[in-house]
Amino acid sequence: MSAVSLAEPVPLHRGGTVLMRPTIIPGFRLTLGITVTYLSVIVLLPLAALAVKAAGLGFGGLWTALATERVLSAFKVSFGLSLVGAAVNAVAGLLVAWVLVRYRFPGKRIIDAFVDLPFALPTAVAGIALTALYAPNGWVGALLKDWFGMKVAFTPLGIAIALTFIGLPFVVRTVEPVLQDLPPEEEEAAACLGASRWQTFRHVILPALMPALLTGFALAFARGVGEYGSVIFIAGNMPGVTEIAPLLIVIKLEQYDFAGAAAVGMLMLLVSFAMLLVLNLLQAWMRRRHAR
Amino acid sequence: MPGEAHASRSTLVEPLWLRAALIVAALAFLGLFLLLPLTVVFVEALKRGVGAYWNALQEPDALSAIKLTLMTAGIAVPLNLLFGVCASWCIAKFDFHGKHLLITLIDLPFSVSPVISGMVYVLLFGLNGLLGPWLREHDVQIIFALPGLVLATIFVTFPFVARELIPLMQEQGTEEEEAAIVLGASGWQTFWRVTLPNIKWGLLYGVLLCNARAMGEFGAVSVVSGHIRGETNTMPLHVEILYNEYNFVAAFAVASVLALLALVTLAAKTVLEWRFGHELAATRRGG
Repeated sequence: MSAVSLAEPVPLHRGGTVLMRPTIIPGFRLTLGITVTYLSVIVLLPLAALAVKAAGLGFGGLWTALATERVLSAFKVSFGLSLVGAAVNAVAGLLVAWVLVRYRFPGKRIIDAFVDLPFALPTAVAGIALTALYAPNGWVGALLKDWFGMKVAFTPLGIAIALTFIGLPFVVRTVEPVLQDLPPEEEEAAACLGASRWQTFRHVILPALMPALLTGFALAFARGVGEYGSVIFIAGNMPGVTEIAPLLIVIKLEQYDFAGAAAVGMLMLLVSFAMLLVLNLLQAWMRRRHAR
Repeated sequence: MPGEAHASRSTLVEPLWLRAALIVAALAFLGLFLLLPLTVVFVEALKRGVGAYWNALQEPDALSAIKLTLMTAGIAVPLNLLFGVCASWCIAKFDFHGKHLLITLIDLPFSVSPVISGMVYVLLFGLNGLLGPWLREHDVQIIFALPGLVLATIFVTFPFVARELIPLMQEQGTEEEEAAIVLGASGWQTFWRVTLPNIKWGLLYGVLLCNARAMGEFGAVSVVSGHIRGETNTMPLHVEILYNEYNFVAAFAVASVLALLALVTLAAKTVLEWRFGHELAATRRGG
């Protein structure tokens, strides 16, 4: 039987309406059809509805909806504190990844699995738990109040803590595999050439981890900007001080200000897409670094 | 373990005190940010004893919230499962133009704020939405009703199954399927007897994560739900209402059920990674 030569790359041909490489496997049109239809109905058309609604305002309408004190400060709170949370996670996440990859201690595998808790725990549960913990009468909140006179819950600091919690797994999970695959030869070479352990870390290990670290940072940041459930309980939600952008959308929807909500939503969406682009570039950089 | 090979040479490993300090610092951070919040959920839930805890869960509104959550996830997860299998078959088994764009679009819901995921349906199907007047004429209610909750849940959990399966099926290639087809199997037979056994653990993995998010989603469903007690309140929304009413024991009792679900999901996910790691996509294999 003369089998079709499948190993050789064949140029793309026009199969139906889509350019595809010929194959004997069936189901291309069926699965592509279902995929594109479902994607369009669930994701693309609704997002388009948002764009249409926002565009309907016109440039002037968008400007009046967005250029208010309240909207601007909500964006400042969301972006600024997400940046803080992501920065804390970049440092702490690197530490956790380092300890989990490089050292051996009892319970390590369980702790490694536990790092994904913020992904698995519903955000509302995280929100009320963190609030109970950091409220002035909570386990941690009471200590901070007595020792430092610090108020955490219902202040921007509380939001930063919630965003740190929610972004924790991102840095750990992006740095871990890269740290694992780091060739020991480079560190050995550095040590042979007389580098101290710190110098090796600073000049050999850290640069190799940088793309992964930045990717994790960006993922945690992007997640933080859109986060709602874990933040609104601990935030206190004072307009201009601890009101986040997603909450502003909810408030506008509750007041039937659909145009205003759409304007804020559209701006957030555009920023998310810009972040997505940055992330894709970062990941391409990461792949190039590891393809060496 | 990469660390062991050069553990003997002192220039390649940190001094003992530093290692101990780093481990303690990492564990302290994880303890403060992960263990304490989890513990506080159960402590607050059981504050007034097991009886009060049990009563809070038996309350009719709590029961209807549990039922609604199960129903919403019961519709959303299978739909996303079917979609995920279709999408990954199409992307992994065929080469075509626009594939990368398709993958990016499938991942899109992950980069959209949950609140926006809910809002898009309000703008589309709400009373003042684009299709609102038509829906009212035909007496169809989507927003503030089960269909809206299901749609918002599908949106936020959209990529889970597909993004587990696509890399896995791409790694596995097309040779086994091609062999089956050449030997005379139909497309369905090939899928059921060749592909499905190869991807079953990856599929389960994706469904687990999809389900956990579907049952726990808050922001998106909060926007479309309308918060009608006993009618359109899912468990996370019920937690919010109880909490805002200062009914902390009941709020944490319902929250503890969700936390248990999260722990079970984590445990199952970890077992899958340890036991069947080689049958999950490379990105999921544990060390």
